[in-house]
Amino acid sequence: MTAAAKPEPTRRDFLYIATGAAATAGAVFAAWPFIDQMNPSSAVLAMASIEADLSAIQPGQQVIFKWRGHPLFVRRRTPKEIAEARAVQVSDLPDPLARNANLSDSAPATDAGRTIKPEWLVLVGVCTHLGCTPTVSTPGSPQGSFGGWLCHCHGSEYDTAGRIRKGPAPQNLAVPPYAFTGPTKIKVG
Amino acid sequence: MAGQSTYVPGTALTRWLDQRLPILRLVNDTVTTYPTPRNLNFWYVFGAILAFMLGVQIVTGIVLAMHYVPNADLAFGSVEGRIMREVNYGWLIRYTHANGASMFFLAVYIHMFRGLYYGSYKAPREVLWILGVFIYLLMMATAFFGYVLPWGQMSFWGATVITSLFSALDQIIPHLGSAITTWLWGDFAVGDATLNRFFSLHYLLPFAIAGVVMLHIWALHVPGNNNPLGIDPKGPQDMVPFHPYYTMKDAFYLALFVLFFAFFVFYAPNFFGNPDNYTQANPLVTPPDIVPEWYLLPYYAMLRSVPQKLLGVLVLLGAILTLLFIPWLDRSKTRSCRFRPVMKKLFWIFAVDCVLLGYAGAQSADAAWHLGGMDLPLVWLARLGTAYYFAFFWVLMPLVGKLERPKPVPESIAQSVLGKAGESK
Amino acid sequence: MRIALAAAICILTGSAAAEDTSQPLPPRQISWPFSGPLGTYDRGTLQRGFQVYKEVCSACHSLNLVAFHDLAAPGGPGFTLAQAKAIAAGYKLPADPDDRGEIFDEHGNRLKRPGVLADHFPPPFANEQAARANNSGALPPDLSLIVKARVGGADYVYSILTGFGHKPPKGFAVLANKYYNPYFNGRNISMPPPLNKGSVSFADGTPATVGNEAKAVTTFLAWASEPNLEQRHRLGFQVMAFLVLLSGLLFLTYRKIWKDKH
Repeated sequence: MTAAAKPEPTRRDFLYIATGAAATAGAVFAAWPFIDQMNPSSAVLAMASIEADLSAIQPGQQVIFKWRGHPLFVRRRTPKEIAEARAVQVSDLPDPLARNANLSDSAPATDAGRTIKPEWLVLVGVCTHLGCTPTVSTPGSPQGSFGGWLCHCHGSEYDTAGRIRKGPAPQNLAVPPYAFTGPTKIKVG
Repeated sequence: MAGQSTYVPGTALTRWLDQRLPILRLVNDTVTTYPTPRNLNFWYVFGAILAFMLGVQIVTGIVLAMHYVPNADLAFGSVEGRIMREVNYGWLIRYTHANGASMFFLAVYIHMFRGLYYGSYKAPREVLWILGVFIYLLMMATAFFGYVLPWGQMSFWGATVITSLFSALDQIIPHLGSAITTWLWGDFAVGDATLNRFFSLHYLLPFAIAGVVMLHIWALHVPGNNNPLGIDPKGPQDMVPFHPYYTMKDAFYLALFVLFFAFFVFYAPNFFGNPDNYTQANPLVTPPDIVPEWYLLPYYAMLRSVPQKLLGVLVLLGAILTLLFIPWLDRSKTRSCRFRPVMKKLFWIFAVDCVLLGYAGAQSADAAWHLGGMDLPLVWLARLGTAYYFAFFWVLMPLVGKLERPKPVPESIAQSVLGKAGESK
Repeated sequence: MRIALAAAICILTGSAAAEDTSQPLPPRQISWPFSGPLGTYDRGTLQRGFQVYKEVCSACHSLNLVAFHDLAAPGGPGFTLAQAKAIAAGYKLPADPDDRGEIFDEHGNRLKRPGVLADHFPPPFANEQAARANNSGALPPDLSLIVKARVGGADYVYSILTGFGHKPPKGFAVLANKYYNPYFNGRNISMPPPLNKGSVSFADGTPATVGNEAKAVTTFLAWASEPNLEQRHRLGFQVMAFLVLLSGLLFLTYRKIWKDKH
């Protein structure tokens, strides 16, 4: 070392670069816990899936569960409502995609693509425009002109398969990942 | 800030900014070209370490506040349940914050003893020293509020004991002290209201510390650094620019310090803690031994060594406030203890004294040493230690400053450094 | 701390007087696989310990901070999610109000529902008063943090659990409804000897001796107190190794820069 007292640019530069790189890498890794702590905690994740009993829901009725902090719509559709939804051509829909977490991303928004069992329509009750909760139609109080839901915030109208038909919302109401664990039992998430 | 600025804006943009807000000039003059004595030794790296630790405590603290609940019913569970078990890396951030407080105090004590040894409080650095004492006071307050927040048994009873110090004022004006403690608590005892306000203050004070740290650095850069020789630099041959010389030296020792810190966080996270604080606060049951955190033990020993309540509190207060007067208690013209043979010995006795006081403070109130059948109650050790603490500053320091004959100091820093290098070859 | 001090003074001064029953014995020193910088929990021991907690301790002691999903978390007892779910479903927790708005059934019993992964272990008693009423006035402490909340940690918990059955020294008064345990502060403990030979029946064939039961449940409680210990040990090793490397590089840089100034 002492013999080579003359400047050695390459070796010195290498040392500086290595030190700087190590310090930078350390800072990046040290930042991760501070970022990750804001992600959902293990307690929140443990609540990420729920089981719902549908046996008490009457035909034509909607029941709202709470799933991951959002309303979860479960609507037991009448044969008439199913028939209405099936009569619509996918090409006439503003959003032709199923938006069904149980199918592929490119699945079409046919009525069959929106449900697992046609009688049961399971939806995340969050308007795809800006996140309000749409209001469901009942025989005595229709909401919108498509028999489904109306979002009062900005007037988006959904049909009996939860598909957007009119208004500013860009997408159909999302179908969450779920499965039937019994004839009238579902596990969501 | 000291002397003339050497900053030359390199681009049109920086020139434009420099004419409007010379912030790059400030940064450049403060941490880049700032001329620093070339002979600063290892003990001078703790300023940078302290700045780093303040940053660590603020960042981890802000993150913990995202998950913490300042409510007497929920606080313990939010720390021991949510943060330590459920939040991603919550345990790491909490252990870093808790051990960080100890590391912060360790560094600040080394920093203070270094200043004491090399006479860094003497003219023209009196304001620099006093600002440092203010930072230390704010740190103690912040640490105290922070220790209350997990709402364990030690949190609760520590808060009760420390706030009850104010009740000593009852002995001067009846009911004054009780009125103050009730006001501090917002209740008739430490409770939910107390916890909430302590949380608020614990969040506030670190930013006050950061503000005083700015002033501290400003006050450092006006006269420039003291150095182990305690003599003023004579010219450029005595100096090096702060960057890269001291930035790299500080960075190396900072890495070693973080290594030391990491050992506690990962392998002995409860070393500085007290098992009783893992039991939720219970206002009806006091733990058998109330012990403050280690960094407050010397003061705690002093408090307990005085049998009279008000006097004990005054001694505690006096011990801390004494630090403010040091620049005027030491009259010696020579700064560094290197050239003050008598002061050097007294300094080291003082350092041992502080450790002994800390030891006495950690033992139970009725503890004693058994020496050959004789019982030496530790309260007497604490009394002796307290007496030396005050005598050191108020008697020995002025006296030695007058009577001591210092050794001759070197002509200049450069001469000393190069001369020594010559000797060793 | 007083205990540690007394022990230290005894050692320092070498005083070996007759047994001082006003002080507890220092805990027995056990070498635990989870102590030391690279320590980990043994999965089998944790699962056996959970069984001991469930079948013995949980009759009186709560475990409030531990959730069922923790049983399947990495670094824990290593149950599968399905196993943890089944364990949770085996516990009955207070149910939400039913369709009538009632939380009691027609017989006045509290409505219950099976536990789910997100639930915490339910406490054995509804409140402190109920706990004391069922334990001769003593309050069984919550065990979520017990290993960290006691001087001596796991050694202490193990010593208490195995510390029954000693004959009290002559003249020592065992109080009513109390039991002699030399490791307990005051030596009069309200807890009856919790573990007996064959208190549980381990599925893996481990003999159910008091020592094995105590070791298993102490390990389980150590995990309950410090569920992130394994991650902490592993991450600590990586961080320290990196910091050694960084310190080395910074040292070389620092020396290179200062070369012409010394």
